[in-house]
Amino acid sequence: MKNPIESLNKIFDSRIRLGVMSVLMVNERINFNDLKQMLELTDGNLASHLSTLEQAALISVHKAFVGKKTNTTYQATEAGRLAFKNHLDALEKMIKNIS
Amino acid sequence: MFANPKYSHNFAKQSTFKMTDQQEQISALKDIRKMMERSSRFISLSGLSGVGAGISALVGAFLAQRELDRFGNSRFGDARAYAPGVSGETDLEFNLICIALGVLVAALSSGFLFTWLRARRGGLPLWDRTTRNMLVNLFIPLFAGGCFVLSLLVNNSGLVAPACLIFYGLSLINASKYTLTDIRYLGFLEVILGIINLIFPALGLIFWTIGFGILHILYGTVMYFKYERKST
Repeated sequence: MKNPIESLNKIFDSRIRLGVMSVLMVNERINFNDLKQMLELTDGNLASHLSTLEQAALISVHKAFVGKKTNTTYQATEAGRLAFKNHLDALEKMIKNIS
Repeated sequence: MFANPKYSHNFAKQSTFKMTDQQEQISALKDIRKMMERSSRFISLSGLSGVGAGISALVGAFLAQRELDRFGNSRFGDARAYAPGVSGETDLEFNLICIALGVLVAALSSGFLFTWLRARRGGLPLWDRTTRNMLVNLFIPLFAGGCFVLSLLVNNSGLVAPACLIFYGLSLINASKYTLTDIRYLGFLEVILGIINLIFPALGLIFWTIGFGILHILYGTVMYFKYERKST
């Protein structure tokens, strides 16, 4: 049997990235400030995790302007949804195996 | 709550499961569930808000009935008896509208108060995108219904109460996607009550009292014991 640990996605080891993906699974698009408020994070902290997720092509970033302010929104990509789902399945399997 | 990256980096290298790993995974799953719920639904809605709105409606209905009695209507009097212009000397309509506005203000303020208290206790923001989503989706059918009911009032139709109940029920069903799902069933009950009321239009005030008073109090109490009592 395949060891379920191997199916765990390393990128989701971080609780912050896991939190970002959870929010993006149920909200089609969300902007930086709403995300920051929900996860109770600082700007810099959230930004660095978002760029990690973007580099892994798990989320896509859309930049737009509202007046003179930038409004950056984030969206989970298809690959991101799939990766998150696989990660959840693996977590579930691990818990079932032990208990 | 999410800031625990160091610890979870280690477990993948270990060859054996340990109890703490399992706890780690379970807590990760709990976090995921919580974030999904918290980011998509407004969960601070308090059952006591419903009880407050229901009591306001009961008091309002009692005052309205007293006005109608004073005007000489029988308890189940027909709707036309208090139509505008029936008597030039009475300011019945004015009094009824004042009562209705009073009920609205009392219901909204108690609704706001208890929900604000619950959000504060839960450490959640009162105003965020979930609040916005819920209110926008509540007020789209409610606004249309409000316009409809106003035109019914102007045209002296006796169908004000069933129209209120049906549109309010539809608004709740629409908003329930963005808040506690129980609200959906309250919406169904209001719509059903409104439809039954269509068969007995003369009993408008009674149906209105059941729908906005009694159902709110019952539902609010059930919700309060289901969600809030155990967390205090």
